Amino acid sequence: MQPRPQSHSAALGPGCTGPSLANPTPLAFDHQRQVAQAPSCGAEAFAVDPAALANGQPRKHTTYPYVTGTSVLGITYKDGVLLASDTLGAYGSTKRYKSFDRLRKVNESCIVGAGGELSDFQYIMRLLEELSDDDFCMDDGHTLKPAEVHSYLCRVLYNRRNKMDPLWNSLVVGGFHAGKPFLGTVGMQGTNYTDAHVATGFGNHLARPLMREHHRPDMSEEEATALLHQCLKVCYYRDKNSINKFTIAKVSAEGVTISEPFALETEWRYKLFENPAANAAGAW
Amino acid sequence: MSGIGSGYDLSASTFSPDGRIFQTDYAQKAVDNSGTVVGIKCKDGVVLGAEKLIISKMLEENSNRRTFPVDRHAGVAVAGVAADGRSIVSRAMAEANNYKNFYGDPIPGHVLAERLGSFVHLFNLYSSVRPYGVCTLLATYGKEGPQLYLVEPSGTTHRYFGTAVGKGRQGAKNEIEKLKLEELSCQEGIKAVAKILHQVHDEEKGFEMELAWICDESKRQFQRVPQPLVDAAEAAAKAALEAEDMDD
Repeated sequence: MQPRPQSHSAALGPGCTGPSLANPTPLAFDHQRQVAQAPSCGAEAFAVDPAALANGQPRKHTTYPYVTGTSVLGITYKDGVLLASDTLGAYGSTKRYKSFDRLRKVNESCIVGAGGELSDFQYIMRLLEELSDDDFCMDDGHTLKPAEVHSYLCRVLYNRRNKMDPLWNSLVVGGFHAGKPFLGTVGMQGTNYTDAHVATGFGNHLARPLMREHHRPDMSEEEATALLHQCLKVCYYRDKNSINKFTIAKVSAEGVTISEPFALETEWRYKLFENPAANAAGAW
Repeated sequence: MSGIGSGYDLSASTFSPDGRIFQTDYAQKAVDNSGTVVGIKCKDGVVLGAEKLIISKMLEENSNRRTFPVDRHAGVAVAGVAADGRSIVSRAMAEANNYKNFYGDPIPGHVLAERLGSFVHLFNLYSSVRPYGVCTLLATYGKEGPQLYLVEPSGTTHRYFGTAVGKGRQGAKNEIEKLKLEELSCQEGIKAVAKILHQVHDEEKGFEMELAWICDESKRQFQRVPQPLVDAAEAAAKAALEAEDMDD
C-alpha cells in the first residue's frame, strides 16, 4: 500500500507540498532517477502552473514553524571547526523536547547544525543521508565535501523558497577538508555565505560580537571551546527559548566528534532577583 | 549442445516436454562458465570472494569490479554476464532505497533477496526478454545477524552457510564443507576464501582476487577487504597450498 500524494495547491503540481514530499517515487520497471545524485524522495522539478493558478484556489504554503530550535554557533580554529547549540525543541513558549540533537554528522568531514523548524531539519538530514549512502555505494573513495554540502543545501532551500514553501531553517555547515576548515551558513530564503565564525538567530546578536572580539584563525581547541562556552552562556542568559544543556561538535583531520550534552555554570544570585516584588507598585 | 533443446529452447515462455525451461538452463550455463565466486557466512560476518580472470594483459588492475555495496549493510557479488550483473546491482540499490524511504529501516536480508528473486524471475516468464545470466550472492548484516543469500537466474533464492558458483564451484563447495564456519572469524574467513579461490583456479591464466566482507570489524558496513589484509590472506593461501603440495 503506497501513500497517495496530496497537494495543497493544484498550481504547484501534484505531491509537491506537505508530507508528500517525503514519498518515494514509484519503482517502475526500469526507473532511474533523472539526475544522478538526486534523492529518490521528494517531487520532480516543476514550474508553477498558471492555468491552475487561475482556478481561484488560494495558494497555501508553510506559514509558521511549530517545533523550533534556537541559535547555532560556529567557529573555525587552527585544526578545524567547532559548532555549538543547545538541545531544545521548543513548541512556542513551551520547552517541550529537551534532548533534541540539533548538531548532526553528515560524513567524516562535515557536520550540519540547524535552528528553526526541526521537522524540516529532519527532512534535510534525510536528503543528506541519502546522498551519503549513494556515495558509499559508489565506493570510489569520494565523499561529499563540506563546500558541496553547503552548496547543495543552498540550492534546496532557495528552490523551496521559490515555490513559496520554505524549509523553515537556519543552517550552519561546518567541515574540514584538504587541511582547511570550512564554515558556512544557509538561511530559509537561501541566503548563504561562509565566514570564520557564524551564528544563527539570536546568536547573531548575542554571540557574534564576542566572536568578533576574541576570534583568531589560529586559536587552539581549548581557546575555541572557551570562547564557545562564553557565547553559549550569553545565549542562555538572554534567549528565552533556550535551556542549559548544550552539545559541541568538532570536525578536524581526525573526523567528527559530537560531545555528550553538558551544562554551564550560571549565576542568578543577584539582589534584585531575590525579592522581585520589592519595588513593585500596586501588587495585587 | 545445440541439438538438445531443439524447438523448445527458443524462448523463456516455452516448457520442454520434460518440464524444463531451456533458456533458464542456458542462463545457468553462462554462470557456470564464468569465474568462481565464493561466499561464506562466518560467526561475525560474511565474506565474499571473486576470481576475476585476466582476459587481457592490457587491463588495468582493479577495474572490472565484481563486488558492489547496495546499501550500507548489504552488498552483492555477481557471477556470470558482467553487464547483467550491473543491472541487478542497480535494481538491488533501488529496492534498498525504496524500502528505506517507505519503512524507515534498512532492508532486511530476506526481503531484499525475495525482491531480487522476484525481479529476476520476471525475465523467465516472457518471450520478449531473456533471463539474467547472473548468480547473485547477497551478503547482509542486520538485526538478524549476518546472512548470505544466493539468487539464481531462475529466480530461486536460498539462504546459505557457504556456497560457490562459477567454473570451480564443485571444488569450492567441497572445500567449504570442510570448514567449521560457526567457529571461523571473518579474519580467518578471508584466508579460507583466498585459499579456496587459489585452489580451484585453473592454472593456465592468471587471475585477480577480489574480496569483500561485512562484519563487526567493518562496523557492519559492506566494504572491500582492506588491501593489507588481502595481501596477507593471499600470501597465507599460497603458502598453505604449497605446503599441501609438498605433503602430497
